[in-house]
Amino acid sequence: MTATEIIAAIETHFGPAIKSKNTEAIDPYVVIEPGDLLEVSRFLRDDPALKFEILSVISGVDYLELDPKKVAKAGFEPHFEVVYHLQSFTHRHRFVLKLILPRWKGDKAGELPEVPSVTGLWASAEWHEREVYDLSGVWFTGHPDLRRILLAEDWIGHPLRKDYEFPLEYHGIRGR
Amino acid sequence: MGWLEGRFEESVITTSLEQAINWARESSMWPMTFGLACCAIEMMATGASRFDMDRFGAGAFRATPRQADLMIVAGTVNYKMASRVRRLYNQMPDPKFVIAMGACTCGGGPYYKYGYNVVKGVDLVVPVDVYVPGCPPRPETLLEGLMRIQDKVHGMKYLTKNQPINMPIPSRTGYVILPPELEDADPHRAAEKQLAFQKDKKEKAAPTKA
Repeated sequence: MTATEIIAAIETHFGPAIKSKNTEAIDPYVVIEPGDLLEVSRFLRDDPALKFEILSVISGVDYLELDPKKVAKAGFEPHFEVVYHLQSFTHRHRFVLKLILPRWKGDKAGELPEVPSVTGLWASAEWHEREVYDLSGVWFTGHPDLRRILLAEDWIGHPLRKDYEFPLEYHGIRGR
Repeated sequence: MGWLEGRFEESVITTSLEQAINWARESSMWPMTFGLACCAIEMMATGASRFDMDRFGAGAFRATPRQADLMIVAGTVNYKMASRVRRLYNQMPDPKFVIAMGACTCGGGPYYKYGYNVVKGVDLVVPVDVYVPGCPPRPETLLEGLMRIQDKVHGMKYLTKNQPINMPIPSRTGYVILPPELEDADPHRAAEKQLAFQKDKKEKAAPTKA
């Protein structure tokens, strides 16, 4: 199926759930609400015409321009995106789901934005979600074991956030 | 052995116990298998047949720190690994030596500025004897580093003089040690003093207009 057909299939089932779509991109995508994620994902996985068995990757993207001179040109408001790349071996097609979140839950710095976990649908999501949590700071509700996966257990902060501050010292070892 | 040498028959060798032990030790440095990143590939190449570290007695890579006396830290050390590096170092029997192989272990390398999780030089964790720069260093460079370690062993006076082998760990703090006039108990006042000092220096260093 082409991307247009996939988007049409989602639209017929979840009409208002789609907030925006892009078929021109190299990886065509739709943007949905975090609340609709589980239903849409289940449909994408189980529908016989779609059959997305594989969740290739989950990425967290931080949209924030720190330089005040470049804010006007940046072309986006500060927000956070979680991107799901799906793939089907049966039908040999791919698709991308995007979620748009606030950078912090309730705009309170330090409160991680929440997304429902898709571990129940794709087992591969478990480590992907742990990585996104570790580096980008997104809390996946319903994840069975949401711990840091790459960094040390007692690490503070999420390093791939644009406003992350480097540690000056870690366990007595100079940081910079 | 100075004046004693050559005074006996051909089949008799004279040496001191210290020299004999040092000779034995430097000719059989046993490194620990300790590859952390891409430098490990070069270390493996050094151990393999083309460059053959075994020619210098250091080919027996041990899989345990307890049988090794040389630690070749080959590759990027990150904070999570640092405690393990330190523990492995502590588990090695004395006398022990450390080669910091590659730019990352020498001082952070390409991760110096934007590597949030990279230790800026393994000498902040364990005392380093020989630094082998390069990204990664060629096998010849590592062999050179090994020979510098052998020189160091050759000059050891462990038996005759009570020379401490252990260096204070770590041998450098990594922090800038300020002159006493720029120090202050209050960090804000200290920062102001340092800023004033920097400005003063900059003004003095500025070229005068002709």
